[in-house]
Amino acid sequence: MPVYNQSRSRIIQIFFILVFLMMLLQLLNLQIFSSEYKLQAENNAIYRKVVYPDRGIIYDRNGKAVLENTIMYDLMVTPSEAKGLDTNALCSIVGIDTAEFHKRMVTAIIKNSRYKPSIFEPLISDEVFARLNENMYKFPGFNIVERPVRAYPFHSAANVLGYLGEVDSNFLKRHAGEGYDQGDYAGMTGLERSYEKVLMGQRGVKRYIRDNKNRIQGSYENGTYDTSAIAGRNLYTSMDIDLQMLAEKLLQNKIGSVVAINPKTGGILAMATSPSYDPTMLTGSQRRKNFGKLILDTARPLLNRAIKGQYPPGSTYKPLSALIALDEGIITPAYGYPCAGAYYSCGRPVKCTEHWQGHSKDLRTAIAYSCNSYFSNVFRMIVDNPKYHNPRLGYLEWKHYMNAFGYGIDLNIDIPSEDDGNIPDTSGYNKDFGGPRWNSCNIVTLGIGQDRMLATPLQIANAMCIIANKGYYYTPHFVDSIENETIADTQFIGKYRFKHVPLEHISDTSFNTVQMGMHDVAVFGTAKAVKIDGVNICAKTGTAQNPHGKDHSLFVAFAPMENPKIAICVVVENAGFGATWAAPIASLVMEKYLKDTLTTQSQANVERISGADLIPPAIKHWYFKQDSIKLVKQSQKINPDAAPVFQNNLETTKPVQFDPEAEPNRKDNGDTTQIKTKPDAIQQDNKKKIQPKH
Amino acid sequence: MSRSYPKSVSKGVDWLTVVLYLVLVCTGILCIFMVEYNPATFTPSSFFEGTTNYSKQILFAGICLVIGTFIILSDSKLYPAFANLIYVFGIILMLSVFVIGKDINGSKSWIPLGGGFNLQPAELCKISTALALAKYLSKLNMDFTRLQSQVTAGAIALLPAAISVLQHEAGLALVYLSFFIVMYREGLPGIILVVGFSFGALVVATLLVEKNTLAIILTVIAGLLVFILRYQIFVRKRWNIFIMIVSIWFVCVGIQRFAVPYIFNDVFECYQSQRIYSAVGKDYDCSQNKHSLETEEATGKTASKPDDYNVRQSKIAIGSGGFLGKGFLKGTQTRGKYVPEQHTDFIFTSLGEAFGFVGSFIFLAIYFLLLLRIVFIAERQRSAFSRIYAYSVASILFFHIVVNVCMTVGLFPVIGIPLPLVSYGGSSMLTFTILIFILVRLDADRQMVLR
Repeated sequence: MPVYNQSRSRIIQIFFILVFLMMLLQLLNLQIFSSEYKLQAENNAIYRKVVYPDRGIIYDRNGKAVLENTIMYDLMVTPSEAKGLDTNALCSIVGIDTAEFHKRMVTAIIKNSRYKPSIFEPLISDEVFARLNENMYKFPGFNIVERPVRAYPFHSAANVLGYLGEVDSNFLKRHAGEGYDQGDYAGMTGLERSYEKVLMGQRGVKRYIRDNKNRIQGSYENGTYDTSAIAGRNLYTSMDIDLQMLAEKLLQNKIGSVVAINPKTGGILAMATSPSYDPTMLTGSQRRKNFGKLILDTARPLLNRAIKGQYPPGSTYKPLSALIALDEGIITPAYGYPCAGAYYSCGRPVKCTEHWQGHSKDLRTAIAYSCNSYFSNVFRMIVDNPKYHNPRLGYLEWKHYMNAFGYGIDLNIDIPSEDDGNIPDTSGYNKDFGGPRWNSCNIVTLGIGQDRMLATPLQIANAMCIIANKGYYYTPHFVDSIENETIADTQFIGKYRFKHVPLEHISDTSFNTVQMGMHDVAVFGTAKAVKIDGVNICAKTGTAQNPHGKDHSLFVAFAPMENPKIAICVVVENAGFGATWAAPIASLVMEKYLKDTLTTQSQANVERISGADLIPPAIKHWYFKQDSIKLVKQSQKINPDAAPVFQNNLETTKPVQFDPEAEPNRKDNGDTTQIKTKPDAIQQDNKKKIQPKH
Repeated sequence: MSRSYPKSVSKGVDWLTVVLYLVLVCTGILCIFMVEYNPATFTPSSFFEGTTNYSKQILFAGICLVIGTFIILSDSKLYPAFANLIYVFGIILMLSVFVIGKDINGSKSWIPLGGGFNLQPAELCKISTALALAKYLSKLNMDFTRLQSQVTAGAIALLPAAISVLQHEAGLALVYLSFFIVMYREGLPGIILVVGFSFGALVVATLLVEKNTLAIILTVIAGLLVFILRYQIFVRKRWNIFIMIVSIWFVCVGIQRFAVPYIFNDVFECYQSQRIYSAVGKDYDCSQNKHSLETEEATGKTASKPDDYNVRQSKIAIGSGGFLGKGFLKGTQTRGKYVPEQHTDFIFTSLGEAFGFVGSFIFLAIYFLLLLRIVFIAERQRSAFSRIYAYSVASILFFHIVVNVCMTVGLFPVIGIPLPLVSYGGSSMLTFTILIFILVRLDADRQMVLR
């Protein structure tokens, strides 16, 4: 035993101690002094799953659910577990061939890895669900997962309710921190969009432990940190779904729109637009295909003509003209104009439908017979009002009145992307006439609601509310109340409970005169065919010339005269005289609303009108030309989420191309218009409110 | 006889070692259980069904206890007597792998035993090497200051290592380096270890420091040495000192400029270089590697860059344990199976995650206690054979523990060697059981002089 080596035992022991100390130091460093590893471990192993609440339900005024939720089913596949299955049986049930089967499996693996479930067939039909359910044991790795889907029990009011769409990256950027994720659905149009924050509810978060292949191993800490989902809140609207369905039925095979408003509250009773679509088309498995079809349709079923169709109001404007003139003191109710079939004072005559003497002997009869000469003259007198010394100033005063009536401005209805029509500014005429050289004669057709005057059916109906109410109105809206209304909600819908009195200075006598004139319209005037037993109707027809061919048929009315309950505007494009198609439609809708039921004769009328086909030949020709296979092919190429939707989200002005369909009275001069857009409805909502807790 | 037999068996047995051994084996089973535990499929009976790794480990532990008992019952004189024979047997077993070996995870170092069990002779050969080295160094006329005995001892230790390298088990081969600790204790000049460590330090420095900077640093050091020793060299004309400094400088620069790049680029596989680089916190560029270039040419595609996923995940698991740990069976990284090979080489991570710094500290303390106990046992032996053998056991254990733990905490390149008595695996457990129980047996007869 070499004794001199004894000391080396100590050295070895010291060496051991040093090395162990080094390991301990590194452990200290890793476990106590670095916090990054805890974070990385959480990112690794904790999977946050967002639990989607049911979206809120939308009710009509009678408490019927017009938009609710239903359960549909997705067929999911976990590729790694899908072994030894009966491929043929599965393919025959789902209705695909084996090549498609393999394609879908590969897609699933690429998208979501082979260990995570992916959607194999989304939103399977009831029949497929039933057959699959019986045979699931044959398909290991496949399972059926519930998915809540929007349901429309009445298949109606598609453009009002709107649809849901998958959010895109822009949406996520705009709504950062509000709990949206890639692949979520959000309201894209209509009420679904305006009240998105109310309807979406509060998302819950569940935490799971996952393994290195992303498989869920169980809940994290027994769910201590989980938050549960809170269902979206319901909306109670003023819409009457029976009235809505009737209006839609009456507009079948026509292009046009019906807007019915309760003048006492501003609540919209019905807002129909035609052509429209069955809202269920954009919920189920065929959503993608249908969307392509709809967006390519030249008749534009996705366009809500009630708020985006801009029409020359034609003669429906005349009562407003009368009120302005009366208020300005330019005419008295007794004022008459000797019309003999046309207005000759401005060179090219403005023709009048009546020729006999005395159809414009005073204001009341002039309204009843819709005398063009009379109102051309009245308009000129308004513009040339000696009070203002200058036709430009007179015109501006008139424009001011028109804006007070809600023409040419946004009404701020609670569905997005409303258009504001057009009451032209003097600058436009200055440009056209080479400076302020124009006079009342140059723009005389404004006096009969033509020229550049454009209004949406909503605006026209709202103006009727003002006349019916003798000076005040509530901003037209759908939603009367929100379930468990919060302060932010009240702020938002508060503006619909605010009484606007822009024209209180117009005397009741003036209103009475105009109302009497409009009453005469329905008694012996241009719309004498419109009758509802025991109800005094005030109405006005309109026949608007437009560059698209036959005149648009317009009709406005409110009833009963003594205590107005409904104000309505009907527009049927290219259908001729207002009295021919628009008037009976309005009459039937009013009758249904006021009487609750229709007489047998009225029911026959409903069938007759809904059967009438007034689609312009050009559009029919387009349908005829569309080879259905080609359409399907094209529609497949369209991504429903990237496709343009009729929505405006930011308070900006952006150039918009001329749209002949929406602005029928404009000539396409190739330039662009600045369209002021309004912000998303509940934007000002408290953002923290609907965020899921983390 | 029959009455005194049990007494004579337990007489002299170092119970502390046995207890520490048992604690470690139980900890190992616990750790493997934590790795495999799945609340969905777990039933108490799965401890005994033999389908899970922990139940297999329990079986291995049972077998090992039986073998351990046999060893304690055996005669101490057997071991010095058969040491050389056992060594030859061990070498033959290792060589036989080339004939009947089985390929597991890319290393052809296993002998299939049937029934799903395999034996790794390189593991068992540690025992025979320890015995043979003890036998050789404890020879009566041994003079370990002679170069010839040093070379012979080195050869005994390194022969199995060489065979291991041929079997692509570089990690196991490294373990045989631990015998140099034993030889140091027995009188191997310290300078050899110093040279070895200096070489290691130089290699690490090469990886860390830019090559020209390092060359300048080395030159400055050499210049300083010459300056300090200028009296010796220039006045007393001891030119040999000067020549030695210059030649050491030359060798160092040569290693740093040519040998290290050559080893990393031409000898090592890309993944090996990458592991060593990542242990010092650097990134290795595989496009310099000859092997990966060859594969690239052969397959026509760029070799995918091996990453340090293992070490990263291992550090995350241990680091996320914190001071007290996440608790028994609550380790998210363990349950998520984020750490590859967690039941074998990375078993320490499950413990570090579940029981945190406190648990890891206690665990390392148990190992440390065992090591010191073995060193203490070694020093109380009367016979050189027992002492040398005990040091071998301590060195092997030490090497395994340090390399394994350092690998999981990112201080050492990833080398696949198990944590003694804790990692899953029968061969490894059997080896350490035999090593320790032979030591206990020899220690029980510490008054005897064995040769």
